[in-house]
Amino acid sequence: MFQYEFMRYAFLASTFIAITCGVVGVYVVARNYAFLAHTLSEIGFAGAAFAVFIGIAPLWGMLLFTLLGSIGVGELSLHSDQKESSISAISALFIGLGVLFLAISGSNSRYATNILFGSIIGVDKQGVIQLVVLSILVLLLIILVARSLNFDSFDHIGAVAHGVHTGWVGIAFLVSLAMSVAIGAQIVGSLLVFILLTLPSSTARYIGKTIPAMIGWSVFFALFGVWAGLYLGFITNWPVTFFIATIEVVIYLVAYTLHVIKHR
Amino acid sequence: MILEVNNLSMKFDTKTVFQDLNFKLEAGSMTALLGPNGTGKTTLIKILMGMLKPTGGSFKFDKNVRLGYVPQFRNIDAEYPLSIRAFIGLNAHLFKTKKVREQIDHQLAETHLSQIQNTRMGEASGGQKQRAYLAQALLDHPNMIILDEATASLDPAAKEELMGLIKHLNQEHKITVLFVTHDIPLAKKYMTDYLYLNKGTIRQGKMSEFKEDFE
Repeated sequence: MFQYEFMRYAFLASTFIAITCGVVGVYVVARNYAFLAHTLSEIGFAGAAFAVFIGIAPLWGMLLFTLLGSIGVGELSLHSDQKESSISAISALFIGLGVLFLAISGSNSRYATNILFGSIIGVDKQGVIQLVVLSILVLLLIILVARSLNFDSFDHIGAVAHGVHTGWVGIAFLVSLAMSVAIGAQIVGSLLVFILLTLPSSTARYIGKTIPAMIGWSVFFALFGVWAGLYLGFITNWPVTFFIATIEVVIYLVAYTLHVIKHR
Repeated sequence: MILEVNNLSMKFDTKTVFQDLNFKLEAGSMTALLGPNGTGKTTLIKILMGMLKPTGGSFKFDKNVRLGYVPQFRNIDAEYPLSIRAFIGLNAHLFKTKKVREQIDHQLAETHLSQIQNTRMGEASGGQKQRAYLAQALLDHPNMIILDEATASLDPAAKEELMGLIKHLNQEHKITVLFVTHDIPLAKKYMTDYLYLNKGTIRQGKMSEFKEDFE
């Protein structure tokens, strides 16, 4: 399998993406941002379609839209009374825009499929370098604010009481989340990127009792799903995204069931 | 003197919460902040903690004060994953060096949580949670601690344990205590002084002489 250059690139890029999404996911779940992550991935879809329309790489369009979107949606979700409705409205608007951009750019439907469902097998050397650099940037940003982010995400009221600058921490995290959505979408597509950002970390919550333990398990499950998905995709020729989604869901359901049985 | 409050006033829009509050707290004192629900006790605490800006007046803490604050509500549901130890450690340095671990060990022992430190916060009892909140605040090595309705949802045994702990902190570690409550019998049993906030004004005195009965 590794004799093929495209598989080597796919594995390398996926490894970094899985680590990033595994780490960021722990905070996504702790902060109750699963819905926000999903909305950002739809905004990312519009961004990628926009990039196709103006003729640049989808990753950059996605990054631009998710970064702007994360601040906008973040503000809304903090200050709006009708948080879910307003976020839904934004999702709808951006999916509509994405469809429009694809239509007027005259691109074929394969492009849309790649954006929505991922195309890690098609990533080239330059793409790998971009994804690895972006992943490292996200991880550095998280490490930079880690102490405050931990406190704010797992005990917001306590963090405020101890004078943590929760506003700045929130913005730093939204930026990391936006970048994670954009790079994660490169493997599993914008429609399913929230899988990598929520399921491994949700599973990890049933196992880990400390933040480092949760991050460890979350990264482990993300990596396992992505690696196994690539391998199974390679030998069956079925979509990698299908395998990753299925593996993560099964792991989550097993952990959830065990948790329910244990606490009954 | 650890805290001096002068003519402190607070308004939200046109509604006056309180007007021209004046009081002083002595270092090492144990004061109950009493008053019916909705009189602005939490608002006063938030002003003292710098989380709200008063609309008038001023307050001054002693320059050597180190404040610990245990807020009234926390978002800890039954599914909350962190262990008691990890929860307390949120207020410690990110890297758990030997020194940091020892500080956490010390506060766990101080709040009688060592035995159950690996229990998840979501599965801890109300009393255990309150002690964990207290332990988290104690990591700052405060010499004054403010607790907002810490006993409100606790059963009698858990109340006694928490109050015993607070009394111990006051007597052994000379920590000044400001304890917000509307539980007068409890305040009479454990606190020495009172501040009574009602109808926008405040009164101060010895707990043993407290007469008002607003409940």
